[in-house]
Amino acid sequence: MSLKLVFLGRLADAAGAAEREVTTVPSIAALIAGLEPELSTALAGPRVKIAVNGKIVGDRAVFTLRDGDEVAFLPPVSGG
Amino acid sequence: MTADVRLLAGPFDAAAEIDRFVAANSDAGGVASFIGRVRPGGGVEALELSHYEPLTLAGMQALADEVENRWQVTGLAMVHRTGVMLPGEAIVLVAATAHHRREAIESVDFAMDHLKGDSWFWKREKRAGEWHWIEPRERDFSDLARWQQ
Repeated sequence: MSLKLVFLGRLADAAGAAEREVTTVPSIAALIAGLEPELSTALAGPRVKIAVNGKIVGDRAVFTLRDGDEVAFLPPVSGG
Repeated sequence: MTADVRLLAGPFDAAAEIDRFVAANSDAGGVASFIGRVRPGGGVEALELSHYEPLTLAGMQALADEVENRWQVTGLAMVHRTGVMLPGEAIVLVAATAHHRREAIESVDFAMDHLKGDSWFWKREKRAGEWHWIEPRERDFSDLARWQQ
Protein backbone atom coordinates (compact mmCIF):
# COMPACT_ATOMS: atom_id res chain seq x y z
CA MET A 1 0.00 0.00 0.00
CA SER A 2 1.05 3.57 -0.51
CA LEU A 3 0.95 7.21 0.47
CA LYS A 4 0.13 9.99 -1.96
CA LEU A 5 2.49 12.93 -1.71
CA VAL A 6 1.50 16.40 -2.94
CA PHE A 7 4.10 19.14 -3.48
CA LEU A 8 2.92 22.74 -3.60
CA GLY A 9 4.61 25.83 -5.00
CA ARG A 10 8.34 25.61 -5.60
CA LEU A 11 8.45 22.21 -3.90
CA ALA A 12 6.83 20.77 -7.03
CA ASP A 13 9.96 21.86 -8.92
CA ALA A 14 12.22 20.29 -6.27
CA ALA A 15 10.24 17.03 -6.51
CA GLY A 16 10.06 17.07 -10.31
CA ALA A 17 6.26 16.63 -10.18
CA ALA A 18 3.28 17.92 -8.25
CA GLU A 19 2.39 14.46 -6.95
CA ARG A 20 3.95 11.06 -6.39
CA GLU A 21 3.16 7.76 -4.71
CA VAL A 22 5.50 6.13 -2.22
CA THR A 23 5.34 2.98 -0.14
CA THR A 24 3.72 3.57 3.22
CA VAL A 25 6.03 4.34 6.13
CA PRO A 26 4.83 4.97 9.68
CA SER A 27 6.25 8.43 10.38
CA ILE A 28 6.75 11.76 8.64
CA ALA A 29 10.45 11.65 9.55
CA ALA A 30 10.83 8.28 7.82
CA LEU A 31 8.89 9.55 4.82
CA ILE A 32 11.13 12.60 4.39
CA ALA A 33 14.31 10.60 5.04
CA GLY A 34 13.34 8.13 2.31
CA LEU A 35 13.25 10.76 -0.44
CA GLU A 36 16.21 11.92 -2.51
CA PRO A 37 18.58 14.08 -0.42
CA GLU A 38 17.93 17.46 -2.05
CA LEU A 39 14.17 17.06 -1.82
CA SER A 40 14.48 15.75 1.71
CA THR A 41 16.40 18.90 2.72
CA ALA A 42 13.83 21.14 1.02
CA LEU A 43 10.97 19.46 2.93
CA ALA A 44 12.57 19.22 6.35
CA GLY A 45 12.68 22.94 7.18
CA PRO A 46 10.33 24.38 9.79
CA ARG A 47 8.88 26.80 7.24
CA VAL A 48 7.37 23.91 5.26
CA LYS A 49 3.98 22.97 6.71
CA ILE A 50 2.54 19.50 6.31
CA ALA A 51 -1.10 18.55 5.85
CA VAL A 52 -2.36 14.97 6.05
CA ASN A 53 -5.73 14.34 4.41
CA GLY A 54 -6.40 18.07 4.25
CA LYS A 55 -5.59 18.88 7.89
CA ILE A 56 -2.44 20.69 9.02
CA VAL A 57 -0.25 18.48 11.20
CA GLY A 58 0.57 20.10 14.54
CA ASP A 59 3.42 18.01 15.88
CA ARG A 60 4.95 16.05 13.03
CA ALA A 61 7.23 14.12 15.39
CA VAL A 62 4.32 12.17 16.90
CA PHE A 63 2.05 11.87 13.86
CA THR A 64 1.36 8.33 12.59
CA LEU A 65 0.82 7.81 8.85
CA ARG A 66 -1.59 5.20 7.50
CA ASP A 67 -2.07 3.49 4.15
CA GLY A 68 -3.80 5.73 1.65
CA ASP A 69 -2.99 9.00 3.46
CA GLU A 70 -2.48 12.10 1.32
CA VAL A 71 0.52 14.03 2.61
CA ALA A 72 0.85 17.59 1.30
CA PHE A 73 4.00 19.70 1.67
CA LEU A 74 3.18 23.42 1.84
CA PRO A 75 5.96 26.00 1.49
CA PRO A 76 5.39 29.56 2.75
CA VAL A 77 2.62 31.26 0.80
CA SER A 78 3.66 33.90 -1.67
CA GLY A 79 2.00 37.07 -0.45
CA GLY A 80 2.91 40.05 -2.62
CA MET B 1 -25.51 36.61 6.55
CA THR B 2 -24.07 34.18 4.04
CA ALA B 3 -20.72 35.13 2.61
CA ASP B 4 -20.16 34.54 -1.11
CA VAL B 5 -16.76 32.80 -1.17
CA ARG B 6 -15.51 31.30 -4.41
CA LEU B 7 -12.40 30.01 -6.16
CA LEU B 8 -12.52 30.39 -9.94
CA ALA B 9 -10.33 28.58 -12.47
CA GLY B 10 -11.17 30.97 -15.34
CA PRO B 11 -11.43 34.74 -15.97
CA PHE B 12 -14.21 36.70 -14.29
CA ASP B 13 -15.76 40.15 -14.72
CA ALA B 14 -15.00 41.85 -11.41
CA ALA B 15 -17.14 44.93 -12.13
CA ALA B 16 -20.15 42.73 -12.95
CA GLU B 17 -19.55 40.78 -9.73
CA ILE B 18 -19.65 44.03 -7.74
CA ASP B 19 -22.88 45.12 -9.47
CA ARG B 20 -24.47 41.78 -8.61
CA PHE B 21 -23.21 41.95 -5.02
CA VAL B 22 -24.54 45.48 -4.53
CA ALA B 23 -27.93 44.50 -5.97
CA ALA B 24 -28.12 41.48 -3.67
CA ASN B 25 -27.32 43.63 -0.60
CA SER B 26 -29.47 46.65 -1.35
CA ASP B 27 -30.33 47.34 2.30
CA ALA B 28 -26.84 48.49 3.30
CA GLY B 29 -25.74 52.12 3.41
CA GLY B 30 -22.07 51.42 2.83
CA VAL B 31 -20.32 49.36 0.17
CA ALA B 32 -16.55 48.91 -0.06
CA SER B 33 -14.75 46.81 -2.65
CA PHE B 34 -11.26 46.01 -3.84
CA ILE B 35 -10.16 44.43 -7.10
CA GLY B 36 -6.63 43.10 -7.42
CA ARG B 37 -5.34 42.62 -10.97
CA VAL B 38 -2.20 41.34 -12.61
CA ARG B 39 -0.07 44.47 -12.82
CA PRO B 40 0.37 45.57 -16.44
CA GLY B 41 3.92 46.46 -17.48
CA GLY B 42 7.07 45.66 -15.54
CA GLY B 43 7.88 42.77 -17.85
CA VAL B 44 5.48 40.27 -16.30
CA GLU B 45 3.95 38.19 -19.09
CA ALA B 46 1.72 36.00 -16.93
CA LEU B 47 0.96 35.14 -13.32
CA GLU B 48 0.06 31.66 -12.14
CA LEU B 49 -1.64 30.93 -8.82
CA SER B 50 -1.70 27.39 -7.54
CA HIS B 51 -3.73 26.24 -4.58
CA TYR B 52 -4.41 23.07 -2.58
CA GLU B 53 -8.02 22.07 -2.90
CA PRO B 54 -8.58 20.67 0.63
CA LEU B 55 -7.19 23.77 2.36
CA THR B 56 -7.56 26.85 0.20
CA LEU B 57 -11.33 27.29 -0.03
CA ALA B 58 -11.85 26.14 3.57
CA GLY B 59 -9.29 28.73 4.66
CA MET B 60 -11.12 31.47 2.74
CA GLN B 61 -14.39 30.45 4.40
CA ALA B 62 -12.75 30.60 7.83
CA LEU B 63 -11.46 34.08 6.93
CA ALA B 64 -15.01 35.15 6.00
CA ASP B 65 -16.21 33.86 9.39
CA GLU B 66 -13.53 35.91 11.11
CA VAL B 67 -14.58 39.04 9.21
CA GLU B 68 -18.18 38.48 10.34
CA ASN B 69 -17.03 38.07 13.94
CA ARG B 70 -15.00 41.28 13.92
CA TRP B 71 -17.24 43.65 11.99
CA GLN B 72 -20.94 44.25 11.57
CA VAL B 73 -21.00 43.52 7.85
CA THR B 74 -24.32 42.79 6.21
CA GLY B 75 -22.82 41.19 3.10
CA LEU B 76 -19.42 39.84 2.11
CA ALA B 77 -18.01 38.53 -1.17
CA MET B 78 -14.56 37.01 -1.73
CA VAL B 79 -13.79 35.76 -5.21
CA HIS B 80 -10.28 34.51 -6.01
CA ARG B 81 -8.75 33.23 -9.24
CA THR B 82 -6.44 30.28 -9.64
CA GLY B 83 -4.50 29.21 -12.72
CA VAL B 84 -2.72 31.34 -15.32
CA MET B 85 -3.68 35.02 -15.63
CA LEU B 86 -2.55 37.71 -18.06
CA PRO B 87 -1.70 41.36 -17.24
CA GLY B 88 -4.86 43.34 -16.50
CA GLU B 89 -6.90 40.28 -15.54
CA ALA B 90 -8.61 40.25 -12.16
CA ILE B 91 -6.98 38.05 -9.50
CA VAL B 92 -9.19 38.80 -6.55
CA LEU B 93 -12.33 40.68 -5.61
CA VAL B 94 -13.39 41.45 -2.05
CA ALA B 95 -16.54 43.45 -1.31
CA ALA B 96 -18.43 44.17 1.88
CA THR B 97 -21.63 45.96 2.77
CA ALA B 98 -22.38 47.48 6.16
CA HIS B 99 -24.51 50.12 7.76
CA HIS B 100 -21.44 52.28 8.39
CA ARG B 101 -18.50 52.96 6.11
CA ARG B 102 -15.69 52.06 8.48
CA GLU B 103 -17.02 48.55 8.98
CA ALA B 104 -17.15 48.02 5.22
CA ILE B 105 -13.73 49.56 4.48
CA GLU B 106 -11.86 47.87 7.34
CA SER B 107 -13.34 44.43 6.67
CA VAL B 108 -12.21 44.58 3.04
CA ASP B 109 -8.73 45.73 4.11
CA PHE B 110 -8.50 42.91 6.67
CA ALA B 111 -9.69 40.28 4.20
CA MET B 112 -7.19 41.43 1.56
CA ASP B 113 -4.23 41.39 3.98
CA HIS B 114 -5.12 37.84 4.97
CA LEU B 115 -5.82 36.63 1.44
CA LYS B 116 -2.40 37.90 0.38
CA GLY B 117 -0.30 37.00 3.39
CA ASP B 118 -2.07 34.14 5.11
CA SER B 119 -3.99 32.04 2.58
CA TRP B 120 -2.99 28.90 0.72
CA PHE B 121 -1.90 30.32 -2.62
CA TRP B 122 1.45 30.00 -4.32
CA LYS B 123 2.36 32.42 -7.09
CA ARG B 124 4.84 32.44 -9.87
CA GLU B 125 5.29 34.94 -12.63
CA LYS B 126 6.61 34.60 -16.12
CA ARG B 127 9.27 37.06 -17.19
CA ALA B 128 11.21 36.77 -20.47
CA GLY B 129 9.63 33.36 -21.03
CA GLU B 130 10.73 31.92 -17.67
CA TRP B 131 8.69 31.19 -14.58
CA HIS B 132 9.86 32.55 -11.20
CA TRP B 133 8.28 31.70 -7.85
CA ILE B 134 7.28 34.68 -5.71
CA GLU B 135 8.52 34.60 -2.13
CA PRO B 136 6.81 36.23 0.85
CA ARG B 137 7.90 39.80 1.48
CA GLU B 138 8.46 41.56 4.81
CA ARG B 139 5.58 43.86 3.89
CA ASP B 140 3.16 40.91 3.91
CA PHE B 141 4.06 40.12 7.52
CA SER B 142 3.79 43.75 8.66
CA ASP B 143 0.41 44.06 6.87
CA LEU B 144 -0.86 41.08 8.89
CA ALA B 145 0.65 42.32 12.16
CA ARG B 146 -1.46 45.47 11.95
CA TRP B 147 -4.53 43.40 12.87
CA GLN B 148 -3.03 41.63 15.86
CA GLN B 149 -2.95 44.64 18.17
